[in-house]
Amino acid sequence: MTLDTLRLSAEEANRLVSDGEVSSDELYRAYLAAIGERDPELHAFLYVCENDSGEGIPIAIKDVIGTRGIPTTAGSKILESYIPVYDATVIANCRKRGLRVIGKTNTDEFAMGSSTENSAFGPSHNPWDPSRVPGGSGGGSAAAVSAGLAPWALGSDTGGSIKQPAALCGHVGLRPTYGTVSRYGVVAFASSLDQVGPVARNVRDCAFLYSVISGRDENDSTTVDVPAVELPTAEDLKGLRIGVPKEMNGADGIEDGVTAAVQSALELAESLGASVEECSLPRSVDYGVACYYLVAPAEASANLARYDGVRYGLREDGADFREMVMKTRDAGFGDEPKRRIMIGAYALSAGYYDAYYGTAQKVRTVIKREHDELFERFDVLVSPTSPTVAFPIGAKIDDPVAMYMNDVLTIPSCMAGLPGLNIPCGLSEGLPVGLQLIGPQLGENTIFRAAHALEQAIGFDVVPERLR
Amino acid sequence: MTWEPVIGLEIHVQLKTETKMFCRCRNGFGGEPNSQTCPVCLAFPGALPVPNRRAIEETIKLGLALDCTIAERAVFHRKNYFYPDNPKAYQISQYDEPLCARGHLDVPTEDGVTRIGITRAHLEEDAAKNVHVAASGRIHGATATLVDFNRCGTPLVEIVTEPDIHDAETAKRFLQLLRQTVVELELSDAELEHGSMRFDVNVSVRPEGSDELRTRTELKNMNSFNFAAKGIEREIARQIRIYEDGGVVEQETLHFDPVHEESPPLRSKEEAQDYRYFPEPDLVPVEPGRDLVDRLRGTLQELPGARITRIAETLSFYDADVLVTGGLDRLWASLVDAGADPKEAANVLANQFVAAGIDPGTVDAHELAKLVSARAEIPRAAFDEALAKVGEPGFSADPYLEQKVVADTAELDPIIQRIIDANPAQADQYRSGKEGLLGFFVGRVMKETGGSADPRVVNERVRALL
Repeated sequence: MTLDTLRLSAEEANRLVSDGEVSSDELYRAYLAAIGERDPELHAFLYVCENDSGEGIPIAIKDVIGTRGIPTTAGSKILESYIPVYDATVIANCRKRGLRVIGKTNTDEFAMGSSTENSAFGPSHNPWDPSRVPGGSGGGSAAAVSAGLAPWALGSDTGGSIKQPAALCGHVGLRPTYGTVSRYGVVAFASSLDQVGPVARNVRDCAFLYSVISGRDENDSTTVDVPAVELPTAEDLKGLRIGVPKEMNGADGIEDGVTAAVQSALELAESLGASVEECSLPRSVDYGVACYYLVAPAEASANLARYDGVRYGLREDGADFREMVMKTRDAGFGDEPKRRIMIGAYALSAGYYDAYYGTAQKVRTVIKREHDELFERFDVLVSPTSPTVAFPIGAKIDDPVAMYMNDVLTIPSCMAGLPGLNIPCGLSEGLPVGLQLIGPQLGENTIFRAAHALEQAIGFDVVPERLR
Repeated sequence: MTWEPVIGLEIHVQLKTETKMFCRCRNGFGGEPNSQTCPVCLAFPGALPVPNRRAIEETIKLGLALDCTIAERAVFHRKNYFYPDNPKAYQISQYDEPLCARGHLDVPTEDGVTRIGITRAHLEEDAAKNVHVAASGRIHGATATLVDFNRCGTPLVEIVTEPDIHDAETAKRFLQLLRQTVVELELSDAELEHGSMRFDVNVSVRPEGSDELRTRTELKNMNSFNFAAKGIEREIARQIRIYEDGGVVEQETLHFDPVHEESPPLRSKEEAQDYRYFPEPDLVPVEPGRDLVDRLRGTLQELPGARITRIAETLSFYDADVLVTGGLDRLWASLVDAGADPKEAANVLANQFVAAGIDPGTVDAHELAKLVSARAEIPRAAFDEALAKVGEPGFSADPYLEQKVVADTAELDPIIQRIIDANPAQADQYRSGKEGLLGFFVGRVMKETGGSADPRVVNERVRALL
């Protein structure tokens, strides 16, 4: 049987294996072949597993997620030699369902970036146009799923690292409600924001993978009980109240083609029975990015401090402990982690804490409250996921602030701990445009239902045109 | 000018929970180096802390014993610093929202009770143990450092006092009383030699009558209460000398060296280190409910300080203090209940019993009470032998009580006379005023009688016959 991995959904692949039409090994090999064919161009993977145990279908794993016996670098030279001795809880959950790790996907170093250009091992390329970025930090998982190198993948999202690459590569990605998916075993970037989530070709696959990885974990004190996941079937949006925050849909820098695609998706939603109404998040958009770039680096400055060369990873020798640590960290970290460690350490310093970290935490409470108020009137909020389509490699790498602004639309709901999902809603300049649906806390089922109905109506072909 | 010392204490007590503070590794002393470790306490990428419920409950218990306010919402913070014994490069500790705050410990003294304020008692994780490899085994001159992570992440309670202490003796009493409180609550073994109780002392002096707080120095590394008292006294004297010579005291940390009994400065701390505290995002706040706090309060029994005060109504303050801080007062009360004279019982416990090194928990109070009551009537040797065995299972005092002390002068006088005759030179010296030689003769008589003579009678008769 010929397997077209570009077209195969995880649900269909799983059916083929369960029904015995294809063996698990055959399927695994088909994806290995696709990787062999297309990954040299895309560089979606940092490590490919020749084999992995299990009876089910393959899954690609972002390289910040710890996998026992399989290298886990977080895209950093400081962890180049690191092989975890334990599986992250999400990996253990995948294994319980028979899923087989096919490889570890590229990421910006420690998930810090929006293009994968901050990976210590070189950028990944967008399957729609290899001269462009796939987004980031989860660009490797996005490129792998988009180009049929894996039926689905796990990503991690701190300020948009699942949703934005899904937008730029034209598929589905969910950043779940904070606390629904265990962070145990996931290399920490910003603990109060990091969430693992599914990267998939369609909404049903995304919902199913979410059901596999979510739930309370005794190894992560911040996890909560999660309502049973409902696989979406609805094709209409009757009764759904969609809020359209004007600041997120009219923000500076949103490309016309992006606005147009989102606008036609909203018209489609109305025709499916949804009510669509403009609303406002006045402070979330204005202050979200600034607030995020204090909270996330502050936490990162502590989370990355354990890489000292003592117990694992890179070690550069020095005359004493202090010199060893300084040399190790200087050689092991790239510019972006260093930049954020410095910002974070500064924001936490005596005399600056109140003005920076303390204020950011207060603003975060305001952002959360603004969102909560809207969810008294709306079921989901909608906006573009990314202000632009995929940009050329190198276009923003020398301008950190321009790079940070890629996440202006994804960050506010992350700061509020809310779930957000990207679906592709059309093309602009031949590149995918992403639509972001944000739900209330634990509102994943509502998001899945809305996204599934819209997905069916939009009929977007997730296979990149040049690969069809 | 008269100077007043100002002393504050910072005490760390290791909790003897089954497992560590934030992981399931065994919490125990003495394992092979690095045998009690896991990804969490070794700070592997992705590892997360999960708090130990028992440790939280025990800290609340201690807080209640110290009359602290128990927080309705306590928060763990990260305290950031690089050191090889600190694998995450931050310690999970508590900062401005500790579990227990604003308490006190009443330290009984001969002149009544001295109340020492407790600023806070909070929960944190211990560091690993750095083993500095050098010939002398001391920090100075070490050439390499090995790290044993077995202790890393074990639960530690930090207790901070107000600067309410003004002399070394009170500091020592406070520490002894706190130790006994912790031991009785069964929170910790609090053994100084194993480091399960450690303390730092902040010392400054000021002109008597002033309420200023001058530059303080910190004394570390003191592994006994007596060394602490000595170290404090020496530091007070040193600071007074500096001020009287017109100098200034530098803020520094002094490591006490018990061998040489001096305090060489280890490092100066002119600037406070910036630990960049912030709330630990991997943990949710601890919110102990009223029910839990009330239940824990209900488990508290009469505390050692109160018992010293109560027992000092019957005995001298000194005896009460020794009995309670030595963990002997419950046995003492049983002896009294069994009919022993309170003062006699206290004497025996504080002296011969302690010297014999017997665990009070193994003793049958009735048998020991019989022994205490018969002490004057049985030979010293029989008493000592019986006491040595009082902790053995099935011990009975009766066989020893049958041996009677020899107090009959008709029996003793010939023996005494014989010894005087055999030692004419000593007898002459005694008679010419060297009264210390009395003990020489008494000792000979006791030896001659195999310890069965009544020492009081022997004393009397030796004097008379000389």
